[in-house]
Amino acid sequence: MLPTPPTAIVLRTAGINCDAETVRALELAGARVDVVHLHALMHEQARLDDAVLVVIPGGFSYGDDVAAGRVFGLELRHGLAENLCKFVDRGGHVLGVCNGFQILVESGLFEREIGENKIPPRTIALTNNASNRFECRWVSMRAEPSACAWLADAQVALSNTMAVPVAHGEGRFVAQDASVLERLRAKGQVALRYVAADGSSARGYPENPNGSVDDIAGICDPSGRVLGLMPHPERNVTPWNHPHWQRLQARSGEMRSEGEGLAFYRRLVQAAAGVTVPSIPVPFPARSS
Amino acid sequence: MNTPATSTVSKSPAPLPSAGLPDAWRVEVFRLSSSHDPESAHVLDSARELGIGGLSSVRTGRGFLLPSALERTQVDAAVRELLSDPVLDASHIYTPNTAPSAPPTAATRVLVARKRGVMDPVANTVQRALHASGLVPSANAPGFFVTTFRIFEITGAADKRPPRDTLALLAQKSLANETIEDVLIDDERLVFAQPPPSKPHGVVHVALRDADEAQLARISKEGSLSLSVAEMRAIQAHYSRSDREPTLCELETIAQTWSEHCKHKTFTGIVDFDGDLIDNLLKQTIKRATLELDKPWCVSVFHDNAGIIAFDQGMDVCFKVETHNHPSAIDPYGGAGTGVGGVVRDILGVGLGARPIANTDAFFVGPLDMKREDVPKGCMHPRRILRGVVAGVRDYGNRMGIPTVSGGVWSHPGYIGNPLVYAGTVGLMPHWAADKSVRSGDLIVVAGGRTGRDGIHGATFSSVELHEESEIVSSAAVQIGDAIAEKRVLDALLQARDKRLYRAITDCGAGGLSSAVGEMAEGHGAEVELDKVPLKYPGLSPEEIWISEAQERMVMAVPPEHLEACLRVFAAEDVEAVVIGRFNSTGRLVLKHGGVRMGDLDLKFLHGGTPRPLRKATWKPAPRPDPAVPATSDHRATLLTLLGLPDIQSKEWIVRQYDHEVQGMSVQKPLVGERMDAPGDAAVLQPLTSSRKGIAIGCGASARYGELDPGAMAEAVIDEALRNVIAVGGDLDHTAILDNFSWGSCDVPERLGALVLAARGCARAAIAYGTPFISGKDSLNNEYRLGERTIAIPPTLLISALSVVPDVARTVSMDLKSVGSRLYLVGATKPEFGGSHWFGQLGLEGGAVPRPDLDSAPRLMRALHKAIASGNVLACHDLSEGGLAVAAAEMAFGGGLGLDLRLADVPFASLPARAESVSKSDDPDGTRLYSESCSRFLCEVAEGSAAAFERELRLFPSAHVGEVTDRSKLRVSGTSGAILFDVDIDELRRAHAGNFRG
Repeated sequence: MLPTPPTAIVLRTAGINCDAETVRALELAGARVDVVHLHALMHEQARLDDAVLVVIPGGFSYGDDVAAGRVFGLELRHGLAENLCKFVDRGGHVLGVCNGFQILVESGLFEREIGENKIPPRTIALTNNASNRFECRWVSMRAEPSACAWLADAQVALSNTMAVPVAHGEGRFVAQDASVLERLRAKGQVALRYVAADGSSARGYPENPNGSVDDIAGICDPSGRVLGLMPHPERNVTPWNHPHWQRLQARSGEMRSEGEGLAFYRRLVQAAAGVTVPSIPVPFPARSS
Repeated sequence: MNTPATSTVSKSPAPLPSAGLPDAWRVEVFRLSSSHDPESAHVLDSARELGIGGLSSVRTGRGFLLPSALERTQVDAAVRELLSDPVLDASHIYTPNTAPSAPPTAATRVLVARKRGVMDPVANTVQRALHASGLVPSANAPGFFVTTFRIFEITGAADKRPPRDTLALLAQKSLANETIEDVLIDDERLVFAQPPPSKPHGVVHVALRDADEAQLARISKEGSLSLSVAEMRAIQAHYSRSDREPTLCELETIAQTWSEHCKHKTFTGIVDFDGDLIDNLLKQTIKRATLELDKPWCVSVFHDNAGIIAFDQGMDVCFKVETHNHPSAIDPYGGAGTGVGGVVRDILGVGLGARPIANTDAFFVGPLDMKREDVPKGCMHPRRILRGVVAGVRDYGNRMGIPTVSGGVWSHPGYIGNPLVYAGTVGLMPHWAADKSVRSGDLIVVAGGRTGRDGIHGATFSSVELHEESEIVSSAAVQIGDAIAEKRVLDALLQARDKRLYRAITDCGAGGLSSAVGEMAEGHGAEVELDKVPLKYPGLSPEEIWISEAQERMVMAVPPEHLEACLRVFAAEDVEAVVIGRFNSTGRLVLKHGGVRMGDLDLKFLHGGTPRPLRKATWKPAPRPDPAVPATSDHRATLLTLLGLPDIQSKEWIVRQYDHEVQGMSVQKPLVGERMDAPGDAAVLQPLTSSRKGIAIGCGASARYGELDPGAMAEAVIDEALRNVIAVGGDLDHTAILDNFSWGSCDVPERLGALVLAARGCARAAIAYGTPFISGKDSLNNEYRLGERTIAIPPTLLISALSVVPDVARTVSMDLKSVGSRLYLVGATKPEFGGSHWFGQLGLEGGAVPRPDLDSAPRLMRALHKAIASGNVLACHDLSEGGLAVAAAEMAFGGGLGLDLRLADVPFASLPARAESVSKSDDPDGTRLYSESCSRFLCEVAEGSAAAFERELRLFPSAHVGEVTDRSKLRVSGTSGAILFDVDIDELRRAHAGNFRG
């Protein structure tokens, strides 16, 4: 058990809609969760002082009107950026999943070096899927050697790939030009890639579900403490979330104890808390009477 | 044409002819690279599908009009920070009253903009963001507004400008919906204005007292009141007793409250069924079944916005399914979206409010392969309708974060002019929140979206038949949803609920405030100040405010001592909530506007004064010859054809567009199997992480049984809905069902007769299975008038089932799992082909409609549930459309495994003599393969569990009919023992994928 549960802020606003499963995953991973409305946090920025982790969940913030994450990103830049940068500079972790990833891209946080005061002009984007459709499907992703050390670490415990669902219409990762992509690779910012189920490179759609350049599913900032990804590990937490749980059990003859996405959140919480702790037993209920 | 990512400002050197150009800053945003403009390819695809040639390329863009009072620096900042993307976009800013630069010579610009006053969520978001970010601090001032438009720059072939009529056709059939949008071709005169105000008029009285029948009919028709002469007479008599004329406000209130949509006059009226007098059909059939079953786990049935049943750990689940047919015929996207929004609000407004955890949808459309020229005037092509309604459900459900997990598509020529769109929502709520009550003195608080002229007369509109001009005249009846506005309400509402800050709540649906407040005030009294209602734009008349069906609004009864806290909760979520009146105990509903009394209604008359006319109903089964069934020579080809039918083929293109994983509760997804492309029987969710109990959600319907035998149809579709939830592990003894009738006009006695038979079938089956109805809805004017002809839909009943799964770890999917295991067929196959897809393929009519044996079927389902719950079943799939052949094929390709199937071992039973028409078949193999008999399941059972399984099913027709193999083929041997066909599962999968994928 963690000595005192580290505090994670789940940041939400109108249209964020994956807060419930994100809170569940964080709590199962050992965090104490503070669900805060963006406008409340802007008025009370000291709440960041108590937290080691800020998570922006998925959803359709402000309807994703104009572009996914655009308005939330605008509000972050204008109302919270300074303190959020300081939070990261002093060791805080930030995770954005799906819409949260789109928001972080819009905010410009991925392209800022630690300690810099100014957020540089944006050179990356998440845009309409190549299919021009919203799609919900399960894919495989793999953590790459990157600045996000805990993620690469988590991968050891997770074998080569992790099954996760994606559900988005604007998840296609785009870099302004080849040099931007080169810079991301060089700085270890390519944290997650879509792969085939067997761990080999994705062979186009649907293994790469949205047409992202270089099969990029998630990136981190140069410090590795700000991570964003399109897939939803928090939707593969119970033993019964995996689309093949019955087939896997029929094959192995064993009951699953948890979903693969839980290890992702466990490592994240531990990395943010800065302590190495044994994994937490999962409290999935025994069979109901 | 590529412009740098920085924006350009047009210099407009010479004063351009500005007549009609909008007095607003115009911002146009395009993608820098065509590879990031997938919409353009989509436009070309739809042009091709419409048979429109001669186009070579399309570039799409987004436009915004901002008030001319803004400084250029403000516009620059808005474009840089909000309206365009620095990596992807090129943007152009044009000063007010100037035209944009011309496109390349071969291109023509087509602009699509919402008509004045039609809800535009993107414009609202832009306005909010401009204010909140400080880019334009004045953006929240009264009178400030923003509009948006879409731009299509279309280049013709061989560098010629495409012909205008080609573009007009493309715009009309694909790019725009002219009911709610204006199309400008090569014309830049966009409108930048709010809707004109209604003429102020004080209290208007409607002269009824001396009107004769013809005049009463005319007043009803001209006022779009949809009131019958008998109803107008009742109103006339009521006001004569009060010695005055009704005010317009009062008459509108009565029309809304008495509409078929709100009152269900047919179902609750008096029916003379061939001499048999039925007083209140609903009470005599569907409600009676629930009353008789008296299940202890039924918490709230029929009287609230949804039915509620007990679940686990102090939590209940609730379920409601609604139709949204007429709005969807006119605007498939908006109609389906507001359909979802409406049924979600039912869940927010049941008891003290529930959290929506799942959505369902079911669509009934015309033939998808219909020729364009065969589509009647005023109708849209079924493909366009289906695409539109799918997109509407997708965008509303996904944005609200509610997984859409269950549904279906049915296709039949009867739905060409009048498609059916059903949307359902399941909610989760604490048991203490199941009740509500208004008290005298409580404040009336309306929360959520603002009120505009949206959907005026929606309730009365949905109670009339559609006709050729429906597309044009009914634009006022179309409401446009704003899912995020409703999500805000949801977020605030549940917080206020848990702090117990209000005593009662209901949603603003059909009839708007008039229905919501009128309903809550029943048995009490209320006084409403209509000028307190927040408006989208100025100038609404009191009547418009009162009956507007603007979306995303809820009405609460708030005790005065909690008002401040309640308003605070809503404000924190950015939801407008205002007091518009007070409940009292006067028994009257008083409406004021600017201090003037616009209406003063007797609530007893409003709710109890509807005359109950006697309606005639009759039923004579149509004499249909018993068709002789020819022997099918090629069963392989028949199976492949069946798999590709619209009703049977894969719905993957739909399911993938819905976020069916949000909230993280999914245990069984809509699509299952090795490649997740096989149709699961029902979705299973685990609503509480702390409980292993689950819920299964399924449905049953048929477009083809009802015309032949409405009574049998009702029993068969209930059986189907129950099969679906039983197959995945649901407990029959903890299963509730919902009815949704869509019928043609019941002024036709035969049609009302069919309704009586179906309702009686519902009651019989519900009692037999022990599954109470907890909620239902009917939509009874589904007709389309084409010149002199009226086309009614086939009688259609959708049954939805909600079942508790005792242990989610015992959930079973339909894909085959293990080589060497056995396949059992449970339930008897009978020669029942009436309305079957096999007969449809053979072009045969008539025959016996499948009908469950109501004595044995419930017991069979209980026994099967026991086998599943004890872990003896690896896979289970119900047999329905297309029969055994289709079910076996789906299980095989779902599992990626082979299957050997022996028809000789299929348990077979002939039909009892009662059947009006018995199909004789000379094709014993076809009979077994394609019969759609009820109460049948295919079960995969491991060798080691076979004895236990057989013991559990010993009292029922059940047989070991096949083996799971590693051959990747479905091999079927006929009754004679000879191999009928041996087909690769990839071929089955391809056939099932179908040829229409959205």
